[in-house]
Amino acid sequence: MYPTDCRYTKEHEWIKMDGAIGTIGITDYAQHELGDVVFVELPQVGAKIEAGQPFGTVESVKAVSEIYSPVSGEVAETNSVLGNEPEKINQDPHGAAWLVKIKLSNLTEVNSLMDAAAYQAYIAEKQKETSA
Amino acid sequence: MRYLPKSDSERREMLRAIGLESFDQLFQAIPEQYRLKQTLSVPGPLSEMEIIEYFRGRSAENSRGYTSFLGAGVYHHHRSVVTDALLQRGEFLTSYTPYQAEISQGTLQAIFEFQTLMCQLTGQEVSNASMYDGSTALTEAVLMAERLTARQRVLVARTVHPEYRQVLATYAKNTRLRIEEFGFTSSGQADLDAIRKAVDDNVAAVVVQSPNFFGVLEQFPALAEIAHGCGALCVVAIAEAVSLGIARPPAEADIVAMEAQSFGLPPSYGGPYAGVIATKEKFVRQMPGRLAGQTTDNQGRRGFVLTLATREQHIRREKATSNICTNQALCALAATIHLCLLGKRGLREQAGQNVAKAQFALAQMETIPGVRRAFTGPVFNEFVMEFPRSVKMINAELLKSKMIGPMALGRFYPELTKRGLVCVTETTTREEISRLVDGIDRALKIPV
Amino acid sequence: MSENIAKAGRHVNQSEGLIFEKSSPGKRGMELPPLDVPAVDAAKALGAEYVREGVEGFPEVSEIEVVRHFTRISTWNYAIDYGMYPLGSCTMKYNPRVNEFVARLEGIATEHPYQPVELSQGCLRVLKTLENILAEVTGMDAVTLQPAAGAQGELTGLLLIRAYLESKGNPRKKVLIPDSAHGTNPATAVIAGYAVENIKSDANGEIDAARLVETVNEDVAALMVTNPNTLGIFEQNISEIAEILHARGALLYMDGANMNALAGIARPGDFGVDVMHLNLHKTFSTPHGGGGPGAGPVAVKKILEPFLPTPVVVEKDGKFALDHNRPKTIGRVKAFYGNFGVLVRALAYALAYGPGMRQASEDAVLNANYIRKALEDVYELPYKLPCMHEVVFSDARQKKNGVNTMDIAKRLIDYGFHPYTTAFPLIVPGALMIEPTESECKEECDQFIDAMRSIAEEAATNPELVKTAPHTTRVGRLDEVTAARKPILRWKPGQ
Repeated sequence: MYPTDCRYTKEHEWIKMDGAIGTIGITDYAQHELGDVVFVELPQVGAKIEAGQPFGTVESVKAVSEIYSPVSGEVAETNSVLGNEPEKINQDPHGAAWLVKIKLSNLTEVNSLMDAAAYQAYIAEKQKETSA
Repeated sequence: MRYLPKSDSERREMLRAIGLESFDQLFQAIPEQYRLKQTLSVPGPLSEMEIIEYFRGRSAENSRGYTSFLGAGVYHHHRSVVTDALLQRGEFLTSYTPYQAEISQGTLQAIFEFQTLMCQLTGQEVSNASMYDGSTALTEAVLMAERLTARQRVLVARTVHPEYRQVLATYAKNTRLRIEEFGFTSSGQADLDAIRKAVDDNVAAVVVQSPNFFGVLEQFPALAEIAHGCGALCVVAIAEAVSLGIARPPAEADIVAMEAQSFGLPPSYGGPYAGVIATKEKFVRQMPGRLAGQTTDNQGRRGFVLTLATREQHIRREKATSNICTNQALCALAATIHLCLLGKRGLREQAGQNVAKAQFALAQMETIPGVRRAFTGPVFNEFVMEFPRSVKMINAELLKSKMIGPMALGRFYPELTKRGLVCVTETTTREEISRLVDGIDRALKIPV
Repeated sequence: MSENIAKAGRHVNQSEGLIFEKSSPGKRGMELPPLDVPAVDAAKALGAEYVREGVEGFPEVSEIEVVRHFTRISTWNYAIDYGMYPLGSCTMKYNPRVNEFVARLEGIATEHPYQPVELSQGCLRVLKTLENILAEVTGMDAVTLQPAAGAQGELTGLLLIRAYLESKGNPRKKVLIPDSAHGTNPATAVIAGYAVENIKSDANGEIDAARLVETVNEDVAALMVTNPNTLGIFEQNISEIAEILHARGALLYMDGANMNALAGIARPGDFGVDVMHLNLHKTFSTPHGGGGPGAGPVAVKKILEPFLPTPVVVEKDGKFALDHNRPKTIGRVKAFYGNFGVLVRALAYALAYGPGMRQASEDAVLNANYIRKALEDVYELPYKLPCMHEVVFSDARQKKNGVNTMDIAKRLIDYGFHPYTTAFPLIVPGALMIEPTESECKEECDQFIDAMRSIAEEAATNPELVKTAPHTTRVGRLDEVTAARKPILRWKPGQ
């Protein structure tokens, strides 16, 4: 079910590349764990972000999750729709609810991320842990 | 012991049910050497009658029978007995923070009403449901301004309550904030030229109080313009909340930090009171403190819940907007009930009476030879007078006639010796004002 | 519904809108005496630019309407006066009414913080007497009553530690906080300028002393420990922990939120604590009032005394005074001298018990263990060490039927009780944290046990009933998601 044209992190972000621009969002697994998203905080356009570092937060009623960037680079665009309609993250995490577009400073960083199959296996393992 | 609802036989029965033989076994987890062997060396036990007797004794050691002209951040206003009667309903008094909304609708709706009243008074868009007091509200407002601007300089008027500034200094010491103070002019107002010269693009906030510590009203529009001109926020503290019944609200400010003691809370030797932070909607996620919001239940009925809780310490922990947990909910409720009783007309009338009494007292004081008004700016119910002798000496004489006179400003402002801050409210009678004027006149005539 | 519901019945409560919706121009609930000085035109006296019109939207209602409004909405609250309020870590005990009476006395409630000290001897004696009692109960050397609540007490405590370490040449960088701690601990450490390092509890739910030895170094300013901890377990290695810290120049801070288990039983000062705060609205019975006011006095060992907030109450020849001249002070954390009215109530409570507060602690621990024993066969007990004044279960067994701790808590409302604390401490997934306090008689404990057992049965046989609870309240479960997405934080006309 996870799009195969994306790469994934252990913190449950996805990134989809288009030239030097990567579009980043959180995965369906992540939105499910969070529950109803009520607020999203995103960086300013032009902000420099670093791979593995938090660049924003997603909030549900009683939890705050940081969003970790899969890659380093500069924020080229943010999804302004989420300001008024944070629920989009629950409805369409891999589509309309993308968070930011990043101009990557090092294109090779993407290669170290999981592909869809590896991510699928990773969360299957996680689900097994929590139900045990 | 009358507060403990178990007989010894019930205690033993419960102990047996647990499977223990002695009460000491309940504490087996505490290493033997730390279990207290001796009884505590503390006074008591006292019966209810003795407790009342004890505190009546303490009351007799205080200022009963004296007429006070003190204000300076704590005001004697009339409080309706209705407020205290309602506050003491067990449902308000003995309930916890309303986390379980279904059985806390009373507290939640009252908070929502409080938030509304505070917005109406201050001209701001949102208000929290209380901070500890005016001093910590102001401090939290400054910390909030730092988060919003990511800047470090804070320009604070010396006319802000000295104890508020002291609290701010304590909190700011271990942050990156740099607190700088600026002075006042002959009007007793914040020195706008000094602020204009001091601002730059690293200023997070310009902070004033109105009425300020000298009782003088500040000029919000000009202050806000200067602050906004350099991208800083304008923070306004209000220590005498009744002033908002007649004085221009700080609508131009970005954050208002208010002390609500004047709304139905007794002076009580300094607390508990109720601080408030009110601000613009766009800043709400950086505002500390609890918030109640309106919503609906699963059948579409109106109800209230605590909301935007992700700002708070129990969720965000080290990244919270503040460490505040317990606030001053019951004091905020007192203010809510008090303001509902007063209502639109009552508050206006009360504020008007304060202005009238102050104008009267000021004019009377000026008739005393050698006594003059220290600042020219507009005042609400407090004003500074300059005397030809030390305020301490005058007060010593006034005490002999059972009057607590002006507060000497030299303690906080070394350059303002011989100046005293006088406060009159709707509770001060014309006769009391005349006695004060006569008393000061007499004190000044005593040969040195 | 089970016949086990001995405590609760249904009763009618009245509907009531917002006060603003009852407003009608011209009504008022308070009148002032006629003005006895000449009236003034405020716009003329102050200048038109300083004056406003009447407050737009302010309510206009009569006295009876105000009384009914707040009485009606009050009945929508649960309260200690109704019954057991078993919120873990909150110590919801009986709030004696005489405390309310004495705090409102003429000559107590009426006193101004700036009145001369010679006219404040009663207030100052109250403060000093309470300081002495708290020092004796905690086994510490000095006390400040200035902090307004527990979180501000924590901040005061950490600022004292910082000032002390600074005087030794190095304030250090971080504060260690167990993963079972209250959220205020890490939030406070940050304001005091410290980085937070979380430390993991061991398999028993205690601090792992062996691992602590490796963690404490020259960068560590203090460890903040709650004892008994939030699992209700006494940290048995507490003095060893203190020694580890002291050996490396760090201090031990104790969060006294759970002091209700220890008053008269054991003293933190005796087991190595350097500084601690007390929540007077917990252990010393001052009313929670829907979320405050509280008071968070801080008790310290001698080495920290010079740094206490100013002013300090001093006594000389039976006369009391306020000492503002303390060169090493951390400064002031709150205007004036603390929440005096709350301190009065706490003193009234302490005087009522005297040394007998030991019995209160004992009854609190007895109640918690009695409930634990009666429920441990139906609810999962994740940590097995003996508990003190509170017990923490988990919803692991009920979870199998899709029922979680929040559902059980909400169902408890239908049985006439306030819920326990849910989902805290964080180290217990699906926690049910129950603190009955000493104020509950055996009958109330038994009814609570019956209710909890009945709900466990319902969770197995009719989980939907539990998951949709409460069924008997004025309003059902409220939509918190919309409240947070589209906040409505004030009333507006026509809303």
